[in-house]
Amino acid sequence: MKTSNSLWRDRLSGKLPEPLGEEIDNFESEIELRKQGKIEDKIFAETRLRRGAYGQRYDNGTRYDGEQTREIPYPPGKNTKGPGTVWDAPGMVRIKIPYGGLNPEQLEVLAELAEEYSDDIVHVTTRQDVQLHFVHIDDTPALMRRLAAVNITTREACGNSVRNVTGCPYAGVCKDQAFDVTPYAHALTQFLLGHPDVQNFGRKFKPTFSGCGQHACGLTAMHDAGYLAVTREVDGKTERGFKFYVGGGLGAVPHQAKVFDEFLPVEEMLPMIQAVARVFAKHGEKKNRNRARLKFLIKTWGMEKFKEEVLAERKKLTPDPRWTEYLDSVDTFEEKPSRPGGALPAMNGNERYNRWAKGNLREQRQDGYVTATVALPLGDLTANQTRALGDIVGKYTTGTIRATVEQNFVIRWVSKSDAAALFAELDAAGLAEPGAGTIVDIVSCPGTDTCKLGISSSRGLAAELRKRLIEKGAQLDQAIEDLHVKVSGCFNSCGQHHVSDIGFYGVNRIVQGYQVPHFQVVLGGEWENNGGSYGLPIVAIASKRIPDALDRISEFSLRERLANERFSAFMGRVGKAKARAVLDDLTKDAPSHDDDASFYSDWGDPREYSTGDIGKGECAGEVVTAYEFAMTSAERMVFDAQVSLDDGESQKAGEDGYAAMLKAAKALVQIEYDDVSEDSDEVVEEFKERFYDTKKFFDPYAGGKFANYLFTGHENAGRRFDVEAARHLLEESHLFIEAVHACYNRMRTAGLNHGASK
Amino acid sequence: MNIQHVNAKLFFDSPFEIGGPRVVGVFHDWVREQVFDEVLIDVADYRHVPNGPSLMIIGLEADYVVDDSDGRMGLLYNRKAGIDGSNVDRFKQAIDSAANAALLLKETLGDKAPMFSQTEFQWTVNDRAIAPNTPETFAAFTSDLVASATAILGHSEFTLKHHDDPRRLFSVTVSTIKSFDFAEIA
Ligand code: SF4
Repeated sequence: MKTSNSLWRDRLSGKLPEPLGEEIDNFESEIELRKQGKIEDKIFAETRLRRGAYGQRYDNGTRYDGEQTREIPYPPGKNTKGPGTVWDAPGMVRIKIPYGGLNPEQLEVLAELAEEYSDDIVHVTTRQDVQLHFVHIDDTPALMRRLAAVNITTREACGNSVRNVTGCPYAGVCKDQAFDVTPYAHALTQFLLGHPDVQNFGRKFKPTFSGCGQHACGLTAMHDAGYLAVTREVDGKTERGFKFYVGGGLGAVPHQAKVFDEFLPVEEMLPMIQAVARVFAKHGEKKNRNRARLKFLIKTWGMEKFKEEVLAERKKLTPDPRWTEYLDSVDTFEEKPSRPGGALPAMNGNERYNRWAKGNLREQRQDGYVTATVALPLGDLTANQTRALGDIVGKYTTGTIRATVEQNFVIRWVSKSDAAALFAELDAAGLAEPGAGTIVDIVSCPGTDTCKLGISSSRGLAAELRKRLIEKGAQLDQAIEDLHVKVSGCFNSCGQHHVSDIGFYGVNRIVQGYQVPHFQVVLGGEWENNGGSYGLPIVAIASKRIPDALDRISEFSLRERLANERFSAFMGRVGKAKARAVLDDLTKDAPSHDDDASFYSDWGDPREYSTGDIGKGECAGEVVTAYEFAMTSAERMVFDAQVSLDDGESQKAGEDGYAAMLKAAKALVQIEYDDVSEDSDEVVEEFKERFYDTKKFFDPYAGGKFANYLFTGHENAGRRFDVEAARHLLEESHLFIEAVHACYNRMRTAGLNHGASK
Repeated sequence: MNIQHVNAKLFFDSPFEIGGPRVVGVFHDWVREQVFDEVLIDVADYRHVPNGPSLMIIGLEADYVVDDSDGRMGLLYNRKAGIDGSNVDRFKQAIDSAANAALLLKETLGDKAPMFSQTEFQWTVNDRAIAPNTPETFAAFTSDLVASATAILGHSEFTLKHHDDPRRLFSVTVSTIKSFDFAEIA
């Protein structure tokens, strides 16, 4: 939609770090090919998801307006950007921020992008990502280029891929850590990004790092792969490793992660995750997405068998120098303060500062320094605030700030003597909300605001609860203030309601013949101990009565909780029935529609409620096989080669045309032999043996003719291409790719495409 | 230089309570009725964020926003799609669209509507590649800005103030002593 998109391409050409720049060029070509109808929409959907371009509510082109579901009058006749997804419908871009780490320069760019392509809001997620909403797909390459220029990628932020690697925002400055997990989280991010062994998952895969077992910063219990820092003494030397968890996850069916290894040495961190990834890719469910997360494979096999398979796979791996190379640079991640440490100013008459300092400052392990939490309402801040935050971070620290899984930011390395000045500057920017990590600091997923799967308005509810709790302010009892509240718009638990003292997730109920938004009340989850136990649903209550429900639960807890008793322990002691009893009357006596129509709408949304807008989610994306992906790449490569030829670069065109044939041949070989390498001799040999010699590739009319294009191209690799030779080769390349498609289709029809691995 | 993505903000002169459900309801009605000549998609609610885009209608070609940025609430028209024509056409189009929405808001909310400033409005170009916020950009567009403001106001007794923070979007406030009438500029 922006008329300046090509200006950014030209301006940043050759200046982006590779491979980010090349990947964005490829994505731009794929957008072009989709517009020309040359990529199937299912494949384009997964392609864009893996690039971080996600769908949003109403992108099927319809919206319930409170009276009926109507078509949004988009211009007709354009392609879709996924099954049933209108091209012009705005979408979300998810931006990966590994372990939440940002710097002022990156904050500046995020602010610019929020203004120019989105709705002026930067949104921090519960997995330390940043999301921009309402972005037009045509603008995404320019947006991605501007991110890549400051070393940020959206690659594999969505889709069936390795998602953002999360980690403690206090890593390196926390008093309780075994060691700083930052360099390890960084190494894992770099190693897995685009790794061939993580491209063929049936669903997403989420890793995390935690520096200790007792706090909740990394939430290792609820991730596919969780690394909890531990050390051991061997011969008087301290060795670093991880208590390695696998198979955790929230979602509709939450699973606690299980311990795979009590002590995984840091040298084994990368090879072991590679082995886990290969086992997951090979044996994980692909067809039924509801059972495709790693947790289900482990459940089906049991931990013993899973471990056996992973260890066997580990033995087979070809050593990769990257497994240990990163260890040499661990020390370079150590952060330094920009100002001398000091002492905190005495609490004074400034009540606002006092409240903020009490809840938002935390002592660092380094004397004289604190971290300061910037509590964001619902994880949102404006572009101007984002810029101001960057300035403040740059002024008081060496640029050390991290996003948190509680949708906040933590500024690290604040000299204690700067605390009051920092508060004043944050306050001027509207960023000095007190009560970080308390009941006011409610976490919420996007819910019906933008998520296609949302059932109830989680953000609407969270905003309302927050408003009421702020009004109560200082009157809140400390025991109430310390509770965590988290809200999800549906059972998928993106708001992490399972690991909260008090959680809510959206459901729908029929009341007096009308649909009414409700929330299930989930009590007794544990935020501490890395999300150590999950809460259980108690009862569903109408959305408009949830504030009353929260009051009741708070009062009940105040009345009956023992001194120093955790809320989760309290719930375990009193039991579900008693907790439910305090809420029981809220489930009865709904007002009639005539008496109170607002009961039949959701928070912050006066439309009469309906679930008619719920669409098909893209959390997992379509399961697109590695074959389909590789073939899409091959087609894109031929397309790009043609562009090169048009630009007069015949040598490049010829070489790329041959590379495209190789890519397609490899796609076919991989169906039978997963481990085929990138080596062109091996690809061609395997192709010949498996598809030419067996005549599987033979066209009923043309026989093996098209395979010969590949063989000739391979024999002549390294030749010179003039314009004519390049054009000729590109024609052959097209025909060969078509023949690969035809071969694949014949095999599918004949049920032959599940060949054994070598 | 060819400008695009021109925003226009009409400031409120009176305090305006955006907290209740009233304006949200109006915005939802506007989406349902597709009241403008543009595709309106949904309503986004950011009233929990201070000094920002409190409440917005997200559109395909443009967004309509009750915007509280920089502590000055107003109605902002944020143009996303490109428009044919001259730079003057585009500056005028943004003001026309904002004024049109302002009139509709007044008509819908009656005496609950905000008072709009009749002596000031702001243009912003929401695109740093096209219009970096520099004195050179201001110089390059001054004649277009003057021509546009003259055409809108019907006279040339106004001042242009360029907001020159280079990190912010290119933005100019037009101030006049003679008050203008929205009905005439819409
Ligand atoms: S929990 Fe449900 S509503 Fe919320 S973001 Fe996840 S899928 Fe969407």
